[in-house]
Amino acid sequence: MNEILKINSITKSFPRVIANKDVSFSIKKNSVHALLGENGAGKSTLVKILYGLLRQDSGEIFFNENLLNISSPSDARKKGIGMVFQHFSLFESLTVRENLILGIDEKISYSLLKNKLNDISSRYQLTLDLDAPITTLSAGEKQRVEIVRILLQDPQLLIMDEPTSVLTPQEVTNLFKTLDALIKEGRTILYITHKLEEVINLCDEVTIMRNGEVIDSCSIENQSAETLATKMLGERLGEIKTDYSHISEKINFKVQNLSVEFNDPFLTDLKKINFDVKEGEIFGIAGVAGNGQSELMDFLTGENISFDSGSIVFGNTNIEKFNPKKRRDLSIAFVPENRLGHSAVPELSLSENILLSQFPNNNFINNGIINNQNIETHVNQVINDFNVVTPGSDAKASSLSGGNLQKFVIGREISSNPKLLIISHPTWGIDAGAEFAIRESLIRLSKKGTSIIVISQDLDELFEITHRISVIFEGYLSSSYKTKDVNLEKIGLLMGGHKNV
Amino acid sequence: MFNFIPSIESRSQPSAYMNILVPIIAVLLTLITGSIIFYLMGFDPIFALYTFFISPISNSYGVSELLLKASPLALIAIGLAFCFKNNIYNIGAEGQLTMGAIFGGGIGIYFHDVNGFWLLPLMIIGGAIGGAFWGMIPALLKIKFNTNEILTSLMLVYIALLILDYLVVGPWKDPNGYSFPKTRSFNESGRMPLLFQGLRIHLGLIITLVLIFISWFVFSKTMFGFQLKVSGFSPIAARYAGFNQNMIIYSAFAICGACAGIAGLGEVSGPIGLLYRDISPNYGFTAIIVAFLGRLHPLGIIFSALIIALTYLGAEDAQLFMQIPAAVGFVFQGLVLFYLLGAELLVNYKIVFKH
Repeated sequence: MNEILKINSITKSFPRVIANKDVSFSIKKNSVHALLGENGAGKSTLVKILYGLLRQDSGEIFFNENLLNISSPSDARKKGIGMVFQHFSLFESLTVRENLILGIDEKISYSLLKNKLNDISSRYQLTLDLDAPITTLSAGEKQRVEIVRILLQDPQLLIMDEPTSVLTPQEVTNLFKTLDALIKEGRTILYITHKLEEVINLCDEVTIMRNGEVIDSCSIENQSAETLATKMLGERLGEIKTDYSHISEKINFKVQNLSVEFNDPFLTDLKKINFDVKEGEIFGIAGVAGNGQSELMDFLTGENISFDSGSIVFGNTNIEKFNPKKRRDLSIAFVPENRLGHSAVPELSLSENILLSQFPNNNFINNGIINNQNIETHVNQVINDFNVVTPGSDAKASSLSGGNLQKFVIGREISSNPKLLIISHPTWGIDAGAEFAIRESLIRLSKKGTSIIVISQDLDELFEITHRISVIFEGYLSSSYKTKDVNLEKIGLLMGGHKNV
Repeated sequence: MFNFIPSIESRSQPSAYMNILVPIIAVLLTLITGSIIFYLMGFDPIFALYTFFISPISNSYGVSELLLKASPLALIAIGLAFCFKNNIYNIGAEGQLTMGAIFGGGIGIYFHDVNGFWLLPLMIIGGAIGGAFWGMIPALLKIKFNTNEILTSLMLVYIALLILDYLVVGPWKDPNGYSFPKTRSFNESGRMPLLFQGLRIHLGLIITLVLIFISWFVFSKTMFGFQLKVSGFSPIAARYAGFNQNMIIYSAFAICGACAGIAGLGEVSGPIGLLYRDISPNYGFTAIIVAFLGRLHPLGIIFSALIIALTYLGAEDAQLFMQIPAAVGFVFQGLVLFYLLGAELLVNYKIVFKH
């Protein structure tokens, strides 16, 4: 047989979610095998099991036809499995050489290491300055250090987790050359990605995962970006009944040519973002996580106001330099993605958390002194109106379930009757009941004339509640489509970075 | 294979009850360890502890001395609470105290021959401004250059001490002082009035209590106190709320510096009445222990200041009556902090031995 890895009905569940459900597929020796899927499809869990970071609940893995039984990454490396993580695990203040030495499990003489390094550098065109401190390197160079560190252990199977997500196009080309050289030597690569172009250009075979299950595992021949997109996202059933009747023609909020360059490999630069939202309209921004959503959100809320160019206009006011407080004074409300530590402070009570976001009509503070009575009335109203399950207003935010805390946060924002609501991942990680309630409340709010911007990875959600939809990919925002006219395949292609739609 | 290095895991639900008991447990363990140390040094532990903790406060003079020491400790500690609640580690209160003494004391020296009811209030304000000014330097460096306030505030302590050194041997030296390193005395109207005849405890105590009450009000009832708390727990949530975090950092440092500065002024315009080299027996550093032992809570700080002040007095008595080195007092302070941090860790985390 020419299979290097055979995965046989792997199941792994976590307290609230089954991450891998009966996953089976195999990887051919000396091939580039893509593992494709949206965020949360179960890719990371699966490779963590392969690399010894997690242990499966059931199922087995065969590596070179032997049962693979590993309990740690160092076990995995000894057996010949190496992994390059999306986020580098290097010691920033040490030099390249020191990092390489630290990464080796067995004892090795200094001269042997040097020979090995020279050999690897020349064979794969991975040139490195051994005495450079890691902090001075670019993202591409850091990744090279990671790859060399793994190659020193001579792995047969190399797992690469979204390797291009932090690289420039130039660095991507170099990476692909290195991967080519590795394949020519008979090694095998498991390539994890959500970018369709890369799968088609680089890989021989592909396994597509969705909701923890393998949807398909096949050769890349006869596959196109369209077929892969459909498999990755699945068919969405059901008629979409979007009500457009209450939307006015008046543009309420407008972002023009918003651009920013961060010079940080872990942030996505934004490139000439343009969109507008009408009164009563729900505008959706779809996209795979890490394509610039959180960066864009920070500019929309005013938590970050230092961008390079562009304007943000609300009504007739340029608000791009306003901080969140000043934007709230104009009746703009925000719900960021993270509840604990961002839209709510876990250590504080619900009453105290109300104070985080104050609107002009609140009257919580008189001359700097907190008016507990007004707050108490308001908190209890939010708790009742939005069915927040909690022992009381003095309960700490951390004691609430995710869904209840999210209902509380959204309730806090909606109860101010905002003219504009900007909300990121409104139903992320919460139960179905709360999810339904939140979507209903957003639709009700839009019918009152509020403009709503929803940033979400959940396509079901966007199709259910939005009127118009755009896709963000690597910091570019696509033009917008009426939700009732757009189909899933189109959105899927845009999410996978396919530009010619 | 048995793993001898235990791992530390966070407890999902730290016990609220144990959380309150932490300072009490720390003090008890300190007493136990202290008696073991005394025993090993060849002293009767019971008698030593009595000399250390009971005999110093067995008369009204002793109580007055206790309050005299506890007052600056509590005042500095409540100031530090403004910083620590906001996760700003200002450890330079000693320098802010010194600068307060220089500013306020400088006014006292300038008006040494002027008698006026306004002199003491002016000196107190001078002390507050001096301390606040010295506290604002690390704040400015932190905000403008992202420097670590632990280092800068500590380094500024030594600068302040050297400035004081220079002043008392140089320009401000007492012309009739036979070249002793001290300044001339303040006018009587620039001295803290005594609260009781024959005891050294002075108006500084009342100022401390008033400022602690105001701090309690600020912490629990005002928007500013809320902002401090939120940006301490979660800077991201504070940014989301739109709080001006630079303003919060400046304010916390300024308030802390002002409290330390007033404490410093209280030291020089209290019992001594002039500027000299060693105005503070490390009050600025000891107050860090006081603040944490008191859980950054105004009431807790009052109690912990009393306990720590007692270690100062106890050390003096133990040296006098038992020939125990006075440094044992610092050993007790160190033990309290050690057990406090240790107990706090064990409330929030558990130690797990794994096979």
